[in-house]
This record gives sequence, structure tokens and C-alpha cells, in this order.
Amino acid sequence: MAIAREHELHKRRSGRNIGLAMVLVAFIALVFGLTIAKVQSGASLQAYDHSYRPAIDPDNVRYPQR
Amino acid sequence: MTDIRADISYSDDKDAGFGDYIALLKPRVMSLVVFTALVGLIVAPGGLHPIEALAAIIFIALGGGASGALNMWWDADIDAVMKRTAKRPVPAGRIAAPEAMALGLALSGISVIMLWLATNALAGALLAFTIFFYAVIYTMWLKRATPQNIVIGGAAGAFPPMIGWVAVTGSISLEACLMFMLIFMWTPPHFWALALFMKSDYHKAKVPMLTVTHGRKATRTHILVYTVALIPFALAAGFTSIGGPVYLAFAVVLNAMFLQGAWAIWRRTEDQAEADGYAVEKRVFRFSLAYLFLHFGAFLAEAALSNLPAYAEFAASLKILELF
Repeated sequence: MAIAREHELHKRRSGRNIGLAMVLVAFIALVFGLTIAKVQSGASLQAYDHSYRPAIDPDNVRYPQR
Repeated sequence: MTDIRADISYSDDKDAGFGDYIALLKPRVMSLVVFTALVGLIVAPGGLHPIEALAAIIFIALGGGASGALNMWWDADIDAVMKRTAKRPVPAGRIAAPEAMALGLALSGISVIMLWLATNALAGALLAFTIFFYAVIYTMWLKRATPQNIVIGGAAGAFPPMIGWVAVTGSISLEACLMFMLIFMWTPPHFWALALFMKSDYHKAKVPMLTVTHGRKATRTHILVYTVALIPFALAAGFTSIGGPVYLAFAVVLNAMFLQGAWAIWRRTEDQAEADGYAVEKRVFRFSLAYLFLHFGAFLAEAALSNLPAYAEFAASLKILELF
């Protein structure tokens, strides 16, 4: 015998919870996709780490950028 | 041991399902927002990464939904009085008014910030202004204050293609303004044609509608005046970078038909309209939906055709407003 009776209320709440879960998963997927898109379309992924690096300076003629 | 929660006597129609939260976002309005924003995004020069474009459309639609939720929160008293809106989630008691407000505010924040991050700050700012305009200027202030409420409310619906354009280009241009004006000037004749044959109960809710405050004859005149004022904007778009021969051909025919319809509405008396069951008003209302859809469809067609070098060369001679 089931220890808990299933009420219509539970079904409705479970529908709401599943809907919300799907929205959240879709949102996470979208933000992840956006991150990938931004990283792919961005310029140099390297930056200065405390000291000047001539190799990633776009104005440095000795190191032509891609 | 039993689950005591099962014994709580909850009224079935007082507990919101997921669909009620969707209804709070006015999905039918959202579909128009998605379509026009998508056209603005596609016809804009340059391009976005497909995922950025998808995110932009989703967050523009979400912003539209957020303003719908804020509208339902504020207008719950009006909605409860009118038959058409009495079954909405807030007046029906399935969602509490403060919850609708909280959802509206939260979604507003999320949509604006996410559109900004996905595209640019101006697009985010425009979306924020649109939500503010619809929720505060229109819903809270002018809807109950003036019979020109439809004209002002139309501006909120006119922003999405401009936001789509700005999401790609980062700036507002003549093309974006003309797409805005096309929807802005189209809304009043579209809605007033509906108001003439839909015997609504706005007066019961004390919302001033032109048909009630100024009479039906004045409403007919307003339809004609706004239709005449709409035509230059619709045609001018044909001479910009988003227009071309195909768009212009559509625009000339559609505007001639819309003008003919508005003229027919203006000439009719109320007795004539009642005698044939508002046949002309209903026809013009249905046509106005096709009018907007086909104009934006023609923008898409121009964007597709511009990939053909021979057509692009021919169309370029028409684009005399492109420099502005």
C-alpha cells in the first residue's frame, strides 16, 4: 500500500517543477553556448601577466599579429 | 503513516500550473515580438554568431514577457471586470499579484542584463526602456488617463525590430527608426478597426477608449488619418538599405489597399455598419494583420535577394536614403 496519496495538487506542482527545471537547464545551456561563441569570436585570448610581452602587442612590428 | 499534505483541501483552480506562468508572459504578444525582432536582426548589416542571435531573440522575447507580467500585475483590477481578461492568472486567483510583480521584475533584470552581455549595452538599454515604457508610461499612467492610450502603447510594440537591429549594429539608424514607425503608426488603425466591431466592456473598467470618449464617427476619422500618416514611413523604408524593388512593390500595393479600407471605414455610417455586421471593419482588421506581416516578410525577401549580385546592383539605384 502506498504511504502517500497522490493528489491532483501534487501532479500540478510536479508539472511546475519539471517546467522550471527545463527552463533552468535551457538557460544554462544557452549561457554555456554564449560563452563558447564569445570565446571563439574574440581576439587574442592571451593578456599581459604583470609584465609587458612584446609578442602580443598589436603595435609591435617585430611580431606581426595573425 | 500517511502523508498529511495529501489531505490539504486546496481548491484546484487556485493553484498555478506551469502554463499559468507562461500565460502571464502574454505568449501571443511575444510571437509578434519574436518575428519583428528577428527581421530587425537579419536585415541589419553585419552579423552575429548564431548562438548570440538566438540569445538576443530569446532575451528580447523574455523582456516582452516581463512587461506583460508587470502589466497583468498592475491591471488585475481592470482584468477582473472585463469578460475577455477575467480568466487571466492574476484576476482568476491562481497567481498572487505580488508574485506576478516579482516575476516581472526578475525577468526584466535577467533579460536586460543578458541581452547586454550577449550583444551590446545599447540593445540592453533599449530593452530596459521598452519594458519601462510599457509597464510604467503606458500601463500605470496613460492607459487609464487618455483615449490616445492605443497610440502610446503602440510604441512599446514598435521597439523590438529596432532592438534586433541595434543588437547587430550597436547603433540606431534611419532603417531602425522606419521599422519602428511602421509598427507605431500601424497600431492605432489596426486596433481601432477592432474596437469598432468588438463590443468590449472597457467602459465598465473605466478605461477611456476612443470609441466611447469621442464616439464612433471620430474613431473612423482617426483610422483614416493614421493610415494616411503611416504610408510615407512604409514607402520611405523602400529607399533605404533594407528596401528595394520587391519591398517597394509590396508596399505600394499593401498601402493602397489599406488606404482604400480606411477610406471605406470613414465613409460608412454606424447604421450601414450594423446592417452588414461590420463586414468592412472586420475585413480591414484582418487585412491589417497581413499588412504588417507582409511588410516585414518583404524586408526578409530583400535581405535574401541582396545575395544575388545582379539584383543587388539593380536595387542599389533605388536606395537613395541609404546615406542617412
